[in-house]
Order: sequence, then C-alpha cells, then structure tokens
Amino acid sequence: MAAFGAISLIPGMISVSVVREIGPVITAIICCGKVGSRMGAELGSMRVSEQIDAMEVSAINPFHYLVVSRTLATTLMVPLLAILADGIALFGGYLAMNIHDSSSLRHFFVAAIAHLEFIDIFPAVIKTFFFGYVIGIIGCYKGYHARRGTESVGIAANSAVVASSLAVFIIDMLAAQITDLL
Amino acid sequence: MKKEMIEDEEITEPEPETGEQASEPEPAPLPDPVPTSDTNVQPQDESVPVTGEKPVITIRGLTKSFGDHEVLRGVDLHVNKGENLVVLGKSGTGKSVLIKCLVRLEWPDSGKITILDQDLDTLNYPEMNALRLRTGFLFQNAALYDSMTVGENLSFPLRQHKKSMSKEKKDALIMEMLDNVGLADSIDQMPAKLSGGQSKRIGLARTLILRPEIMLYDEPTTGLDTGTAKEISELICKMKKKYNITSITITHDMSCARMTADRIIIMKDGIVYAEGSYKELEKSTDEWIRSFFDF
Repeated sequence: MAAFGAISLIPGMISVSVVREIGPVITAIICCGKVGSRMGAELGSMRVSEQIDAMEVSAINPFHYLVVSRTLATTLMVPLLAILADGIALFGGYLAMNIHDSSSLRHFFVAAIAHLEFIDIFPAVIKTFFFGYVIGIIGCYKGYHARRGTESVGIAANSAVVASSLAVFIIDMLAAQITDLL
Repeated sequence: MKKEMIEDEEITEPEPETGEQASEPEPAPLPDPVPTSDTNVQPQDESVPVTGEKPVITIRGLTKSFGDHEVLRGVDLHVNKGENLVVLGKSGTGKSVLIKCLVRLEWPDSGKITILDQDLDTLNYPEMNALRLRTGFLFQNAALYDSMTVGENLSFPLRQHKKSMSKEKKDALIMEMLDNVGLADSIDQMPAKLSGGQSKRIGLARTLILRPEIMLYDEPTTGLDTGTAKEISELICKMKKKYNITSITITHDMSCARMTADRIIIMKDGIVYAEGSYKELEKSTDEWIRSFFDF
C-alpha cells in the first residue's frame, strides 16, 4: 500500500473488511467448532445415556430445557462475540500497520470508523444473529437425534460442526446478496 | 403431598400377601410342556383379573416392530394396585420395549394400554405428561444428569413440577429421599463419582421424589454385584411397602425376582409365555421355564 501511496486507506480497508465479513464469519466458524461440537457431543451423550429419556418420563420437556435455552444463548451471544472480535481485529490491524508506519491509535480508529457506513454495520450485525441461531439449532439437533451408541456421540459432534459451518457460509452468501440489493 | 406413615422395615424375604393381594386373581394356567408360540398368546379374558377391582395397568394385544424385527407380538397383561409384576425373559424378547411403551418412550404399532383408567391413545402431550408424573421409571443405568450434583438431580424434578413448594420443604424432601436410599451424605457428589449401586439408589430417589403411584424398573440389578443387587431388591420392597407403589420390574436376576415379585410373567418371542407366582413357576416342568430357575 505504501508503494501506491495508499497508506491512509489501510484503516478504512481493514475496518470495512473486518466489520462486513471477516469478523462475523470467522467468529461464527470458531463458534461452530467450539460451541456447535460441544452441543452435539453433550446432547448426544445425554441421549445415549438416556438422560433425555429420563427428562421425558419425568414430564419435563427436554426440547424446551435443552434446545431452546442453548439456541437462545448462541443467538444472543454470537453477535456480541462478533462485535468483540471486530474490535480485537481492528486493534490487530493497528498493531500490524504500526510495524511499518507509526500512527496513533486514535488516528487509526477515527480513520477506520470514518470509512464505515450504516450499510456496512447493520447487515453484518443482523446476520450474526442468524449465525448464532443455526449454530445452536444444528448442534442441538444433531445431538438430540443421535442414535444409540458411543460412536454416535462423535458423529453428532462432527456433523454438527460440518453442517453449521456450511449453514454459516450459505447465510453469509445470502446476506451479501441481500446487502447488495439495499 | 401424600405421605404414608408406614414405618421403614428391613425386608429380605418376599412380601407376605396382604389382604388386597390375597384377593388377586388366580394366575393364568402354565403352558403345555412343549408349547408353540401361537398357543401361548393369552386370550384377552385370561389377563383380566377375576376380582371386581380394576387393574392399574392393562395391556391388550401390544405389538411393536423395529423394521422387519417383530419385538412384541401381542402382549396381554394387567397389574393390580400395590402389586409388583416381574417380567422375565431372555435378552431381546422385548421386555424393556414393553415398559418403554407404557411411558411413550416407544410407540407401539398396535394394541391398547390403559394406565390408571386412562387410555394412552386418547391422551395429548400435556395429558401424557400428567400421567408420567404419576409413573416413575428407573433406567437400567440410572440415567442421572451428569452435569448436576446428586442434590441437584433430586431437586430438578421438584423445580419443574413443584414450583409453589418452599425451598425448605424441597430440601427436607430431598433429604428424606436420600435417607430412604441410605445416601444422605452424597448430596454434593457428582454422579461420575458414584458406584453403580449408588447411582441406582440415587436414580430411585430421584424418581420417587415426585411420589409416583406406579414404578417401572428396567433391570434394576443388572451390572451389580450380588450384595449390592440384594440391597437394591430390598430397597424396591421397602419403597413399595412405604409408598404403596404398583410396579413392573424387568429383570434377569432371579434373586431380585424372588425377593420382589408378587407375580411373574415370562416372555418369549414377544408374547407372554407363562404367568404365575415365583413358587408356581419354580415347580413348572416346562424346560423353557425351568431354564430361568436352574441357576
């Protein structure tokens, strides 16, 4: 960028790419691996060890207790994590920029935020709710419907990660198309 | 909350027949020495008690298949109030599937189940849950919630179903149940730290904390050493006497059957093959039936 005399564009380039795509998607993919797999394995293990059946025969709706709470948690928390990840990514961008060219933190963030528009922020935040929802619902679904047997716990965890990662990319693609229409 | 005032007693022998049990119907006749499966399907009339009292559980023509495999092929049975019916049978004869059909963990293909005068086919989800509250189920591996302590395992059903009960009453009830099973000092332990026998006891306490009228035991002594298995059998007798529970026990353990059974049915190939008291079946000359008692 220095060769093209475009150093001043770096903060804006970083902020737009991080806020629109990299922050939400990377956060969601990490959550697929960490949260989705955990939910798949945990509920799969509960299914295999008849804990879900035990809830059912105790007249406790396991879907409400296990699935709704987890899905709600991921739906609400993934956007917050994505915002946190955006902040950390921008700070990382500032550090990387400072290796070659000294710049104040304030100057970097003012330049970065100046390049952001409503259309960059709003759709990005909205899609993270959907990311969180699919991570929760797919992780829970795979675990909840695990077949009997220890092997099924691993399968549930694995397929939860694969399916939710795929769903994240599909939602991101749709979000990009819809954002272009706005 | 209903609370029986019967004192605890150590029970090591089969229960003597109470007046109620003495008026039970005569057991169905034992099958021929070399019966065929078709001739052993009990006619419906035979499984209806001859007393005027309505059975608590009635099953008629219950069938269940998994793919091509017919597990239950027309089971007829009844359980009277306060009675413990023990279901014996070799592995794969559909014993566990039978009791899972009673709480709708499995859905039968056909047949009619009536529990506490309610036809299961006519119940919607909330009604089925109301019935489940009156029916306890002890799983083979106890199925304790492994992310909760023993105390939390017991308080969980109370939190869900006894929301108006004060915390003090809940705590007292939990301690009473843990005392019943002799594990009051395990309240803060995690299920992973418990032995198999302790897990079964806690599972029993968790099930009984809602004071069910009916208990379904799925192989309560499987995987336990002889001494612990005997303790669990004694506990089943004790709880039955203390809370006047009607129960069905699935087991392979003949010691458990001898100690706990008021009546036994033996299943073979998805049907009720024989029925009677422990002593009656023990004297049978049928080779299949004898194979259970020659241990």
